Amino acid sequence: MTKVFQKTKLLTDEVMHYCPGCTHGIVHRLVAEAIDELGVQGKTVGVVPVGCAVFAYKYFNIDTQEAAHGRAPAVATGIKRVHPDNVVFTYQGDGDLASIGTAEIVQAAHRGEKITAIFVNNAIYGMTGGQMAPTTLVGQKTTTSPYGRDKDHCGSPIRMSEMLATIEGSAYIERVALNNNANIMKAKRAIKKAFETQIAKKGFSMIEVLSTCPTNWGKSPVEAMEWLEENMIPYYPLGVKKEV
Amino acid sequence: MAKVTINEELCKGCELCIRACPKKILVLSDTKLNSKGYHPCEITDMSACIACAACARTCPDVVIEIEK
Repeated sequence: MTKVFQKTKLLTDEVMHYCPGCTHGIVHRLVAEAIDELGVQGKTVGVVPVGCAVFAYKYFNIDTQEAAHGRAPAVATGIKRVHPDNVVFTYQGDGDLASIGTAEIVQAAHRGEKITAIFVNNAIYGMTGGQMAPTTLVGQKTTTSPYGRDKDHCGSPIRMSEMLATIEGSAYIERVALNNNANIMKAKRAIKKAFETQIAKKGFSMIEVLSTCPTNWGKSPVEAMEWLEENMIPYYPLGVKKEV
Repeated sequence: MAKVTINEELCKGCELCIRACPKKILVLSDTKLNSKGYHPCEITDMSACIACAACARTCPDVVIEIEK
């Protein structure tokens, strides 16, 4: 018998703390498999965020550095500039990257830092208890928008991929989703390509992964996947936003 | 003939594998409970499995291993 699928050795045996059905686990696996397939385990450094993925350093069999909230691109910049031959990536949620860390990610892309950002967008603040994020959809109910996000009061959700694609220093930007098998495989290819872009020293790369937060959305994991398909993908169109 | 190994102890019963399975042969166990208190997923008809690994790819906790 041959193995068709087995857990990559780049993930540790640590039990993930994520809620049932949380897609962080899928993204962790895709990142780990991409690093494994590129054969860069020994020279890869991950920078993990504040948010639900704050313990991500326990799950990857690579060197990782914890960053202050939103500052992962700044920390990654330092690591990459001191060790230009290392592969350096940040792993950030939408509360981290699109809110408190907006300045850091925009300026990292602006400087054309040769780092890769893995941006997990689940349209809500997860760890802190389901508050409205800049990416929360109009009408979406959260603990701080109990009647749904009001466009007049809070503005419209921010599309980070499209915004960063307009910046000269960015080299590869793609948005993917995890709602079905085909899209999960596309997400894996996108993450691998982002790392290849960095290794080729072309510039800044980011993969935005549309993800679910069943607990804070108040849905079952399966309902959350359907909600992502019906609501998030129409507002956040999938595909390559920039490639140089 | 495919062989699916599920690490039942780490399964959180999220049912995403059940949604992903094209053959609809995955269910949550009626009889088993793991130490976290979840009913783990199990296969009802191994002979119908086509080893597509859709369940394994969607599993957030990477508890499924597939051989063919």
